[in-house]
Amino acid sequence: MSATTSTADDMARNAEFEARIARGETIEPKDWMPERYRKQLVRMMSQHAHSEVVGMLPEGNWITRAPTLRRKMGLLAKVQDEAGHGLYIYCGTETLGVDRHELVMQLLNGTAKYSSIFNYPTLTWADIGAIGWLVDGAAIVNQTMLAKASYGPYARAMVRICKEENFHKKQGFEIMTTLAGGTPEQHRMAQDALNRWWWPSLMMFGPHDKDSPNSEEMTRWGVKRKSNDELRQRFINLTVAQAKAINLTIPDPQMRFNEETQNWDIGPIDWDEFWRVVKGDGPCNRERLAARNTAHAEGAWVREAATAYAAKTSAASAAA
Amino acid sequence: MFLQPGNAAPHEHVGSVHAVDAEHALQNARDVYARRGEGNNIWVVPTKAITSSTPEDMGPFFDPGNDKPYRHPQFYKVPRGVKM
Repeated sequence: MSATTSTADDMARNAEFEARIARGETIEPKDWMPERYRKQLVRMMSQHAHSEVVGMLPEGNWITRAPTLRRKMGLLAKVQDEAGHGLYIYCGTETLGVDRHELVMQLLNGTAKYSSIFNYPTLTWADIGAIGWLVDGAAIVNQTMLAKASYGPYARAMVRICKEENFHKKQGFEIMTTLAGGTPEQHRMAQDALNRWWWPSLMMFGPHDKDSPNSEEMTRWGVKRKSNDELRQRFINLTVAQAKAINLTIPDPQMRFNEETQNWDIGPIDWDEFWRVVKGDGPCNRERLAARNTAHAEGAWVREAATAYAAKTSAASAAA
Repeated sequence: MFLQPGNAAPHEHVGSVHAVDAEHALQNARDVYARRGEGNNIWVVPTKAITSSTPEDMGPFFDPGNDKPYRHPQFYKVPRGVKM
């Protein structure tokens, strides 16, 4: 960061930084860190926070149409949790010296990314079950790993989130269990939702290891502790057993149990679809961003009123 | 934002919130960090009011305390068989 720091100085600091990571030490906000570590974490954490907030939209879509009060309360609580998760992670990101307003603007003007799973539509009530079970399920696998990340504020936010995420997954699986064991029509609806959400959930873990250039650095810096494929396989093994238990079929005719590795081997993932959606051409990309922008614009009066109120009361107490 | 997790426990730092004033900060803190009855008391403090030691100073700042074994019970010898 300083123009007068010598290269030898930098190399020594980098070496000490990497030694700290290797010893399993946690990096805290005021510790020296390579500028690239800081940048990568800002990118990763802000994308994560944006994903939580945008993730409220596909589920928010069904709050008014939840079939029972129990389902409605559960869904409301879940969506509220996602807002909270976004806030935890924005707070964590701010410890790296970045302005939250700038992050929010990056999301609203489309320069920031968020998890592309949220660019798919929720077409039926069963989609809400599928999201809780598969999307939160995949997130739990990823976030359990991140709870041991080298950057303190990120790891601590993940610990808190993991605790809350467990109810999300169970809520979703309970919905799927009820539907799968219900009328033939309900069972079909559940199976259809699984058919549409299975492959995008697998894509949440990112490209295959051999196609993932950022991974090596993030692993060396203790942010990623397991590879994309490793995490994806863990999720697959867990989820296949759960689907079988409620008589739903994974939409992968090529899937086989590998006796040697004790893993479920899957068929090919359609990476064309993944890149299309990441690049902005998924079913709901434009709709999500429009919804966020509208919410921000329509909420402006709340921010203005709160600020005016605070100014008024502090002026009054200063005068008193 | 500091939360007291239970009776007789000390307040713990749990994160931060954005707010226009202290009253709103307290309410936001309750909404963000205490949805599941995680605590029975909340303190909110403006971030700039906090003074902290820095990592660079850590060595010299804490050094006087690192080298005084006589502050620990193991330093002192007691005859065998005597219950302390």
